[in-house]
Amino acid sequence: MPTMNIIQAVNDALRLEMRRDPRVVILGEDVAKFGGVFRATSGLVDEFGPDRVMDTPLAEAGIIGAAIGMALYGLRPVPEIQFADFIFPAFDQIVNELAKFRYRSGGQYPAPVVIRTPYGGGIRGGHYHSQSPEALFIHTPGLKVVVPSDPYEAKGLLLSCIRQNDPVLFLEPKRIYRASKGEVPEGDYTIPLGKARVVREGTQVTVIAWGSMLHTALEGVDKAAELGISCEVIDLRTLMPFDVETMVESVKKTGRAVIVQEAPRTCGFAAELSATISERAMAWLEAPVERLCGFDTPFPYTLEHEYMPNGDRVLSTIQKTLDW
Amino acid sequence: MNLPYAPSRIEAVEREVPVNKALLLGLYRQMLAIRRIEEASAKAYAQGKIGGFLHLGIGQEAVCVGAVGALRPEDYVVATYREHGHAYAKGMTARSILAELYGKKTGCSKGLGGSMHLFDAEKNFLGGYGIVGGHVPLAAGVAYKCKYLGEKRVTLCFFGDGAANIGGFFEGVALAALWKLPIVFICENNLYSMGTPLYRSLSVEDVSMKALAFGIARDRFDGEDVLRVRARLAEAVERARETCEPTLIEVRTYRFRGHSMSDPGQYRTKDEVEEWKKRDPLSIARRRLVEEADADEGELRQIELGVKAELEDAIRFADESPPADEYLPFTIKE
Ligand SMILES: Cc1ncc(C[n+]2csc(CCOP(=O)(O)OP(=O)(O)O)c2C)c(N)n1
Ligand SMILES: [Mg+2]
Repeated sequence: MPTMNIIQAVNDALRLEMRRDPRVVILGEDVAKFGGVFRATSGLVDEFGPDRVMDTPLAEAGIIGAAIGMALYGLRPVPEIQFADFIFPAFDQIVNELAKFRYRSGGQYPAPVVIRTPYGGGIRGGHYHSQSPEALFIHTPGLKVVVPSDPYEAKGLLLSCIRQNDPVLFLEPKRIYRASKGEVPEGDYTIPLGKARVVREGTQVTVIAWGSMLHTALEGVDKAAELGISCEVIDLRTLMPFDVETMVESVKKTGRAVIVQEAPRTCGFAAELSATISERAMAWLEAPVERLCGFDTPFPYTLEHEYMPNGDRVLSTIQKTLDW
Repeated sequence: MNLPYAPSRIEAVEREVPVNKALLLGLYRQMLAIRRIEEASAKAYAQGKIGGFLHLGIGQEAVCVGAVGALRPEDYVVATYREHGHAYAKGMTARSILAELYGKKTGCSKGLGGSMHLFDAEKNFLGGYGIVGGHVPLAAGVAYKCKYLGEKRVTLCFFGDGAANIGGFFEGVALAALWKLPIVFICENNLYSMGTPLYRSLSVEDVSMKALAFGIARDRFDGEDVLRVRARLAEAVERARETCEPTLIEVRTYRFRGHSMSDPGQYRTKDEVEEWKKRDPLSIARRRLVEEADADEGELRQIELGVKAELEDAIRFADESPPADEYLPFTIKE
């Protein structure tokens, strides 16, 4: 099996699916000749030509709006937004048109658009290149939101996204784009949407994360293991619709939950997970569900190292639930 | 029935701009200082002292210096993420700019922003913006405020050729035209939007044509001669100030470096870049000073030494300043 990083795995998935399905097209700023700012679409225009891999002008609402139109009549567009921070000029198209199309047309018009976009901090990118806006989109009924945490996950999840009929926001954790490496099968495989993955089994605390925070969570869990604390770690993978059962069953077993999220705390997705666990597993909880999050501040440039959850903070949050 | 076309609004005409020595010396000094600031930031970036995304304006100095040179101190400038030169031209110091890029407490935005976030309320410099085109309607709002208060202040809004495609740009210009605002929109057309050349991003490569649809004045010229930029901008600025007529200007220019520090710029040929370097605005200004204004080497040397000292001081200041230490208050502490 070849070893890939996340960028290569995304590229591999796109190439495989474009070979398999002539309806798949890619559009975005600098995705063709340049191969994407992070090179995720590198080489695709050479193989599939400019009608299937389109450089667009700088116009996010145009990119997403046009992708919707393409999807209504059977194409399978996979637009790229260069950074999640730049998705907001297209927010209206996504929230008011894309997410609602299938519903408000009584099912006549599914809009299978898969929007790929890198998100998250940890690269010293400052305000405009670091945000984690997943909650805004999870809060938009009609959209699926998927976040891979390593190359294997990236390929399998992306293929599933392109093959189903709902619009998806596919958030790629750019901090670990190249740092996360692993074996990825060469051929076709998919990972089901809506299913979380138990990354590590344990007995005392359930730690839930997604994307690059999974790796941060594991760092903290490793430190906890050194102190003899046994944690179960869940990679959520699909944030919407999220896998309630895997999460709740784990918490029923451990009695404690820590959710690790990079986005600001208030109204973040961790709040929803916490509420769900409390509703479904109240009787099993030994301590309040803990959220380890970014702070309620615009993403800081200089103080990024303080803002980002890290292994030590994961450890102390785990200990907090144990000491309660 | 065929309907008549709307007549085009005011269009400027090319005229010779004679050299005014004292003026050109000042503009040359500014351009040189800006180039040195950019070079110093590139170096600091390579050393890891500056993080994030750093967009340099090397090659484009005549545009910001000439354009801002046509303003008064009380006028406003709204710029893009490639804004270090614009900030300097508006009177911000190399110290406060570099310290900001370094993320230091002494930076113009207390080190909280970094490269795309230069603000100085005292100098009426309203920032860099990282979301392309998002600042254009905002600039119209600033111009509205000036008109509303009867202030006779002009707002100068910079943007790139790539930005001429996004909704925010059109919405901002539409409002300014409709409300007849004292504003000048200036497109720094450097022929590329990141890796995309004009012909793959604009169906009509003349950005100033868009003025016709809004019924506002337009202008279009090459931007390597700082005196020309200043003179042409002066017309638009006066029109804005005196009659509240907006103008849309396209200036052709070229960035000698990549889009940002992480871009090796492989979408352009070496020859193309070399060709443009022959039109380096600094060399042109220097040549005009010597050939048309009898500036002697000693005089120019003096300026160059002054800039060198200014930069050494600013770099030391940025290096030695304490790091940023403020957050917005968290609503909930851990
Ligand atoms: C809304 C938005 N989309 C995409 C980007 C990424 N991006 C930053 S600059 C840029 C190119 C802009 O080119 P242009 O307007 O010509 O300005 P220049 O960089 O040439 O000065 C792109 C695509 C962004 N910052 N904001
Ligand atoms: Mg440009």
